[in-house]
Amino acid sequence: MKTGRTIPQAKRILSNRLMWAACLGATTIAVLVLSALLITIAIEGTGALTWSFLTSFASRKPAQAGIIAPLMGSIWVCAICAIVAIPVGIGTAIYLEEYARRSRIKSLIQLNISNLSGVPSIVYGILALVAFVRFFGIRTADDAWTFGNAESIFYLQIPFGPSVIAGGLTLALVVLPIMIISSQEALRSVPQSLRQAALALGSTQWQVVWHVTLPAALPTIMTGAILSMSRAIGEAAPLLVIGGFLLVFQTPANLMSDFTVLPLQIYNWAGRPQSDFHKIAAAAIIVQLVVLLAFNTIAIIIRQKLQRPLQS
Amino acid sequence: MTSIAARTAAEISQRGRIRSAAFQGFFEGSIKAMLIALTLLSVLTTVVIIAVLVEETIGFFTMADHPEISLWSFFTGTEWSPLLGAKPLFGVLPLISGTLLVTAIAGIFAMPVGLLTAVFLSEYASPRTRSILKSVLEVLAGVPTVVYGFFALTFITPYLLQPLSSSFGTYNAMGAGIAVGIMILPIVCSLSEDALRAVPQSLRDGAYALGATKFDVTAKVVIPAGLSGVVAAFLLALTRAIGETMIVALAAGGLAQLTANPSQQVQTMTAYMVQIFLGDAPAAGVEYRSSYAVAFTLFLITFIMTWTGAVILKRYREEYE
Amino acid sequence: MKAIPSPETNMEQPTTTSTSHSHSGSPTIGEPMTLRTDTAIEMQNLSAWYSKNQVLHAIDLDIAAKQVCAFIGPSGCGKSTLLRWLNRMNDTIPGARATGKIALHGVSLLDTALDVVDLRRRVGMVFQKPNPFPKSIFDNVAFGPRLHRIYSRTDLEELVEQSLRASALWDEVKDRLTSSALGLSGGQQQRLCIARAIAVGPELLLMDEPCSALDPRSTASIEELIRELRATYTIVIVTHNMQQASRVSDSTAFFYEGKLVETGPTDVLFTTPKERRTEDYVTGRFG
Repeated sequence: MKTGRTIPQAKRILSNRLMWAACLGATTIAVLVLSALLITIAIEGTGALTWSFLTSFASRKPAQAGIIAPLMGSIWVCAICAIVAIPVGIGTAIYLEEYARRSRIKSLIQLNISNLSGVPSIVYGILALVAFVRFFGIRTADDAWTFGNAESIFYLQIPFGPSVIAGGLTLALVVLPIMIISSQEALRSVPQSLRQAALALGSTQWQVVWHVTLPAALPTIMTGAILSMSRAIGEAAPLLVIGGFLLVFQTPANLMSDFTVLPLQIYNWAGRPQSDFHKIAAAAIIVQLVVLLAFNTIAIIIRQKLQRPLQS
Repeated sequence: MTSIAARTAAEISQRGRIRSAAFQGFFEGSIKAMLIALTLLSVLTTVVIIAVLVEETIGFFTMADHPEISLWSFFTGTEWSPLLGAKPLFGVLPLISGTLLVTAIAGIFAMPVGLLTAVFLSEYASPRTRSILKSVLEVLAGVPTVVYGFFALTFITPYLLQPLSSSFGTYNAMGAGIAVGIMILPIVCSLSEDALRAVPQSLRDGAYALGATKFDVTAKVVIPAGLSGVVAAFLLALTRAIGETMIVALAAGGLAQLTANPSQQVQTMTAYMVQIFLGDAPAAGVEYRSSYAVAFTLFLITFIMTWTGAVILKRYREEYE
Repeated sequence: MKAIPSPETNMEQPTTTSTSHSHSGSPTIGEPMTLRTDTAIEMQNLSAWYSKNQVLHAIDLDIAAKQVCAFIGPSGCGKSTLLRWLNRMNDTIPGARATGKIALHGVSLLDTALDVVDLRRRVGMVFQKPNPFPKSIFDNVAFGPRLHRIYSRTDLEELVEQSLRASALWDEVKDRLTSSALGLSGGQQQRLCIARAIAVGPELLLMDEPCSALDPRSTASIEELIRELRATYTIVIVTHNMQQASRVSDSTAFFYEGKLVETGPTDVLFTTPKERRTEDYVTGRFG
């Protein structure tokens, strides 16, 4: 029997080893690079991380500057984002997964959502600028519609102007496609047999969703929501476009307040030439990363504790 | 059936359901209508984005006092100096080349490293290592991009690039490009790893049974089988790189020039938009409108890339069952 | 919306011996539909399709009340499809349609005005693979009643106990009603699904190969359960196991490639079948 030419065994062993080395090397590079990142930030920033840093307002002098304003601004903006984006995202996912039949329109909607998730966040900033901040020019800031009085939290003016609520809605736009996609995946992972069992007992469509599908998918949906929010906290570009406030000296008092967020403050300080500003920028980054870690840890805990098998 | 069950069955059959069928139908219908309305919000978002961008872009190209601006001069002009007082020039190629240069550097760094790390995670690592590293990747995906910009300014350029060659200024494309690469690395790695893990073990077993080494299996079976997912991962990462704003605004510089030299300053499309929106340009002015035109160009580019990724995934994804 | 008439009169009827017809697959047109109180289901000229693919051809079959009727036949002969038309579960499959007539206690099931949700309350279904909800045992059984009105805690507790007793599971789980249903064994889970189905007080129980995912001991206990349940419910069971059909059922219908080949009392069909194909199948010459 004539066999074809075989690759010498030594060469195959060598290529095998080389690949292993390359993979290990790549992983090491990745780990090293990220460690360098963390170490740089830690070196620069830990010195400036004091209690007064956390509670003071910004200032021209780096030694006296603090991040309380952007910290509170981030909290307000993210809370508004969550209140809007999470229900809308879950609702859209429920419709697409549980109600809509396969059709061209449904594929188009899915494709559209996919596209929206790839749109640069700064473009959402532009959309928000026109739609929320300026309300398409229907009203100007001088003769705005007003709701409520300035003392309550829910004071609203239309157009929104560069306010906290506009910032929250902007982030909601950025986060919405991710929320929809991750909720859809969560709903898809619920086995069809559970829905069939509920239907066979005489449930209506909504009863199946509310009593069986949604509870089963909830831990995964929550994980997705938390990860979406942790992305929202880090967004700066769209908020820059709608308001561009880099120096704010108060914490938000109501929905129409001026605001800034932590990433914007970091951007402001990092862009200054003086190295003292770099130090407080690094300190602010540490705070940001701690918040991020907290969010992700909560998500992991939810995943470990609450996610249980849906069928044996 | 004993007493309670018989009573229940009789009760149910006599009284029917808790709500009349008509009310139930109405209730179900209104829930469905509400859910449809929420879904339409996503459609509305796209429509409004396109409407706003197109309107302002048309306004840009039809400005009465700037007749020299045309589609042709926009897409083929090689100079972008909008703030040059008397005769501003609006050729978008320098901005596009800036974006492409930064993205290319990012891709050259992130794609090989990311893919090989993904291979390591899916084929070599123990389950414990894999789950730890995947959690780390998840955290990294949430790091604000300003942090990478900061890293470029305070570490990459002064300690990595400037010692290499004195031609690297404080602001250069290379530093920003590497930082963008670091930013997209977790995306490439995580999504590629998902794609590779989705390849069924039975394919690998079949290859091993034929006497293949791990290299053979990985390079000739696993990666080709998961290729559509890996390509989609690359496209998604590159799309993110193209749309990145804060890193380039901090570290790449503000000078729009048509160059392939990574040690030079460049301005990307996104950085230009930031410059305009942060500044005092009047709303109907030509500089302001030009940023919308740039935004529309950016939107089209990312739209095409995302759409291509979706098509690739749909057409070439192998169905294993 | 039409509702199905109360079956209470049926409960006091003595069980009669089977009076099912035996058609050899040829459709009978024009026979008037009379409401027989001992016939639970009547099918006339029933054909069904999945999109362009016809899976059932002109089925004529009557199923007697309070008896067990087994659908047997080789894979792909349409018996599961037929079963799923009895509670309109095929509505969930896009492209599924049927023509002809199915009547449950005289009410046409293929009527577009039929309240399908109400129908499924009156027809219980047990699936091939046990599918308890990832909830507690109590919540599983109480799910149906909670959908349909019974809210008082004591009512629910009694109902759950009765249902679990009726499905021979009570003694094994009475101390752990709040624990997860997924912790039960396969056989226990299937009995839980049966309890869940009977908790809403259905008239008809549909079972789609309920034992095929279970070990022999669990299978035996479920078969015994079916024999007990027969006193209260009409049961239709799809099975590819002929011995099971002969153990458990009163009447049997044999299907082949979407057509009803033969039907009759189980002992008759298995010992002296009329059709050659039936004989080949029950003796194991193909299948």
